[in-house]
Amino acid sequence: MPRIVMDWLGEHVELPADLTAERLAADLVRVGLEEEAVHGAAVTGPLVVGRVVELTPEPQKNGKTINWCQVDVGEHNVDGAARGIVCGAHNFAVGDLVVVALPGAVLPGPFAISSRKTYGHVSDGMICSVRELGIGDDHDGIMVLTRHGFDAADLTPGQDAVALLGLGDEVLEINVTPDRGYAFSYRGVAREYAHSTGAAFTDRGLPEALPTPPPAATPDGFAVEVDDDAPVHGQVGCDRFVTRVVRGIDPGAPTPAWMRRRLEGSGMRSISLAVDVTNYVMLDLGQPLHAYDLVKVAAPVVVRRAAPGERLTTLDDVERRLDPEDLLITDSPDGARGSRVLGLAGVMGGASSEVGGTTTDVLVEAAHFDPVSVARTARRHRLPSEAAKRFERGVDPSLPPVAAQRVVDLLVELGGGTADPAVGDLDTVAPPAPVAFDVTLPARLAGVPYTREEVVGTLREIGCAIDEPAASDDQGTDVVVTPPTWRPDLTEPAALVEEVVRITGYDRVPSVLPAAPGGRGLTTEQRTRRSVARALAEAGLVEVLSYPFVGPADLDALGLPGDDERRLAVRLANPLADDRPLMRTHLLVTLLETARRNVSRGIGDVAVFELGLVTRPTPGAPPAPQLPVGVRPSGAELEALAAAVPAQPRHVAGVLAGRRRPAGWWGTGRPADWADALEVAQLVARRVGVELTPAADATRMPWHPGRCAALALADGTVVGHAGELHPTVVERLGLPARASAFELDLSAMVAATGEEPVAARPVSAFPAAKEDFAFVVDADVPAADVRAAVVAGAGELLEDATLFDVYTGEQVGAGKKSLAYSLRLRAADRTLGADDVRSVRESVVAAAAERVGAVLRG
Amino acid sequence: MSTPDPLDTAALDAAVDAALADIAAAGDLDALKAVRTRHTGDRSPLALANRAIGGLPGPQKAAAGKNVGPRRGRVTQALAARQAELEAEREAQVLATEAVDVTLPTGRAPMGARHPIELVQERVADFFVGLGWEIADGPEVEAEWFNFDALNFGPDHPARQMQDTFYVAGTDGETGGDGPNLVLRTHTSPVQARSLLARGVPLYVAVPGKVFRTDALDATHTPVFHQVEGLAVDKGLTMGNLVGTLDAFARAMFGPEAKTRLRPSFFPFTEPSAEMDLWFPQKKGGPGWIEWGGCGMVHPNVLRAAGVDPEEYSGFAFGMGIERTLMLRHSIADMHDIVEGDVRFSTQFGTEI
Repeated sequence: MPRIVMDWLGEHVELPADLTAERLAADLVRVGLEEEAVHGAAVTGPLVVGRVVELTPEPQKNGKTINWCQVDVGEHNVDGAARGIVCGAHNFAVGDLVVVALPGAVLPGPFAISSRKTYGHVSDGMICSVRELGIGDDHDGIMVLTRHGFDAADLTPGQDAVALLGLGDEVLEINVTPDRGYAFSYRGVAREYAHSTGAAFTDRGLPEALPTPPPAATPDGFAVEVDDDAPVHGQVGCDRFVTRVVRGIDPGAPTPAWMRRRLEGSGMRSISLAVDVTNYVMLDLGQPLHAYDLVKVAAPVVVRRAAPGERLTTLDDVERRLDPEDLLITDSPDGARGSRVLGLAGVMGGASSEVGGTTTDVLVEAAHFDPVSVARTARRHRLPSEAAKRFERGVDPSLPPVAAQRVVDLLVELGGGTADPAVGDLDTVAPPAPVAFDVTLPARLAGVPYTREEVVGTLREIGCAIDEPAASDDQGTDVVVTPPTWRPDLTEPAALVEEVVRITGYDRVPSVLPAAPGGRGLTTEQRTRRSVARALAEAGLVEVLSYPFVGPADLDALGLPGDDERRLAVRLANPLADDRPLMRTHLLVTLLETARRNVSRGIGDVAVFELGLVTRPTPGAPPAPQLPVGVRPSGAELEALAAAVPAQPRHVAGVLAGRRRPAGWWGTGRPADWADALEVAQLVARRVGVELTPAADATRMPWHPGRCAALALADGTVVGHAGELHPTVVERLGLPARASAFELDLSAMVAATGEEPVAARPVSAFPAAKEDFAFVVDADVPAADVRAAVVAGAGELLEDATLFDVYTGEQVGAGKKSLAYSLRLRAADRTLGADDVRSVRESVVAAAAERVGAVLRG
Repeated sequence: MSTPDPLDTAALDAAVDAALADIAAAGDLDALKAVRTRHTGDRSPLALANRAIGGLPGPQKAAAGKNVGPRRGRVTQALAARQAELEAEREAQVLATEAVDVTLPTGRAPMGARHPIELVQERVADFFVGLGWEIADGPEVEAEWFNFDALNFGPDHPARQMQDTFYVAGTDGETGGDGPNLVLRTHTSPVQARSLLARGVPLYVAVPGKVFRTDALDATHTPVFHQVEGLAVDKGLTMGNLVGTLDAFARAMFGPEAKTRLRPSFFPFTEPSAEMDLWFPQKKGGPGWIEWGGCGMVHPNVLRAAGVDPEEYSGFAFGMGIERTLMLRHSIADMHDIVEGDVRFSTQFGTEI
């Protein structure tokens, strides 16, 4: 994102002399340019210009030769004598002007400089390289100032080098939102600063701002042809292409120090004069530019889409296979039109036509490309270049001739070149589309009573042309607004409203709480979800949230068979971890991992639960339709969208490991077991308001085959499982033995509840009668069946039946068990008599005998 | 024991005095029981005297009755009073022996807790329900159209690239075919279009929920996090109504001094758009502004995508991070604590925050 060098900004807009980066950030954020960072001073302490007055090479035992130098640092000399400094580099000589960090200076790193003894001398400072100063990656040794664009006449030993190199400035970096491409330039930022503060702004992007206006195109301009046979969304990829030629540039001409400082301060590396100049003008105005070595380009330049199989080595030395949608700049060697690829239009140039150390004649390109085409190419090749960043956000299409002229002027001035009179300007730019606008809309949408003058004035201030009916008493509120060329985002009245509110200040918007028409409260599902979560927490379970990403190994760890429906998962194209590319189809897989993490952190007794969505894709589901922006889909399209989105029921799961009842001074507590898992699952069912019937399920992993219950709704639909986990799984996950778990499909359970309110039964105040029974049945008869028989036999007088004892052993014989029930009987309308009780007793015994072969224990 | 003459008041008084002295001397309930038998039993002097009244000649009976009755009454009363005294004493003794150390720890039942992220979402929901809004839900694996296009992010919109989106490749094991055009929702905003399409206008909904971005987990980022989305669409809604709602929401979450401030920004689905700052009185190092979320007036294309006429209706929308809200409110420094599922974290919060 753009970094702002203050004095550069000051060339576009009047700035207060004492403007700090912090203040600038505050001024810009008001109009929507957010501070990304303030880059602090790179160097602190004494950093000065020095002149090498003596240099004595001293060979060392290790084979290296060091230079023992005496450096004149002017007023920083010690007792009038030059300072002695040891230096290992050899690219400088006596008389050179260098940068000296004196003891007390801190260089980027941070690297504190002090006086130190080395190689038999006291080295009283350091002679710095570009790299040590943090302004380049040059490995060429010491920074000799005259080789870096500084004129010896401007330099004096002892002079402050922090200011000279711009290393003491705080630089503000701002964030530019995608709709404000024009702010990717000093021109744009200055305009916004002016909007925020009212400071005087000079638009240097206008032709009249140049010392000499850009010449009109000439028939002999460098030939350019746009030949786009596959426009994206019908938009031709290039609608403007300005070419200029500058000849006779001194290839050795350095980039002047002021330009280097500004480029580096703006976050750009200095490369060569021609490249630096194009970058400088791009940062200044926002127009990406390209400089070609003229001798390596054969007319005509053809802007076209890539052919299948074409390749290009870009400036970053990467060979890229081009896509037929990539827009290319090509030229025509040996008359073969468009046969050689020069670069990816608006993204990056190619290596073959790069300006280099011998370039004297330069072809300057200032073009305008379709944002969408550039964005796609930049994305495809992962090349978010400075040019692409600007083009994809929209560049002012009227800039190319102005920007090209600036480049030409700078190459002539700094490189000693001569501009060709020939000028190419292929221009098919469409003027900005006018927007019909009701001037009362800003007031209505913002709730601020803007006057007509304020609205019209603000829009004019941002560069819009307003076509309004002639002033008269019955002046209507409808006007026509033509946005400026640098605001391609202003296509809707709402966008103009934003400009009015933004420029006049968001702080003018009042605070008025609207009165909603009154809602229906939480839905049944939402209330139930809360009730379940609270019940589980009150039952001693701790709610956790786990990431929904899983991998095949996680499912294997649970022992899920290959054809288990829980293996049918949504796969991510770009998972965070390659071994976890799937979205969970059930909660336990990730919840068990969470339980394990707690155990591994020394929490011995873990009771955790999670409520969350799981994803259950439908095999063979069609892809979701791709539908346009801003249009309501048809009924059929909405159905297709619904069919494509996988089912995502909300599940609830819990894991109980270690003790269910804690140990303490009262005793050893009680370990969690299968029954706890079922109990908690039944608690969920009660809170939801459905009855779940358990049935043994010997095949459901990750549960113990003999200790797992499938839980079914009244209609037989299994909505979950509960019980002890399979010992192998427990061991694999490192959980305490006998760890138990449940998982339920909460959505299915909620769907099974009726909307009908519970019809209350009257409460009988007549006395109850108690009857106990002990039945002996075969050991494999489920207790639920015995209970069902007892309940059926007891009939309508039964109020409650409790299984109070289960016994196996000698007294009942092998293969048998005894189940003892205590029944509470009560009538709604009378006190029960002995006959009533006897009759219930007989029918209970009969039903138990008939249904489950039970024998009343003697 | 001899029978006192029911007409001999001195003898009767002596019997009463003896009884009262014994009653007073009874040190426990067992002793008092013996005293009771001795002085009120069938063979006690006063009972015998009472019985003797029957043998007196008629005219003396009345006088004897007046002599004996009240005296027996005094004894009975004294017995009852002493009985009560001794019972109280005994109860006090029993209770004293039953005393326990009430500072012993009592955690015999395990204590559970809710996850604070869920609790914040419930609190947020309660606030909006209190305003008369409704709470909407939506899927986490979402059609691209709802996540992007319906919100005015076209396929080539630069903002669509800023979203760090998890894309769905397909169903595991199935091969071939085009991409399913599904993503893990990058924000709760797709529920805007879903709610508008399903419920129509006027609409006031808040949408708390889970969202996903391809950020690696660190102290301040997590690939799975939570947002709350607000959307109001009605006739005549203004940006002032947005500010009013945000201010009320900020006060509900952060106390009466909290307020909000808007800064111009950009989101494809709002115009005008704003970043929202919160005046946070409890900020470390003193009260100050901190970023809380994004908001704006609903973009006309979002309304159009849901079949709502932007000429007739306007609306506002906002979204903020639940994690951020939680971290601010509860001084949580590290995201790891929120996402790792360590029970020691949730347990600090109980079941209400």
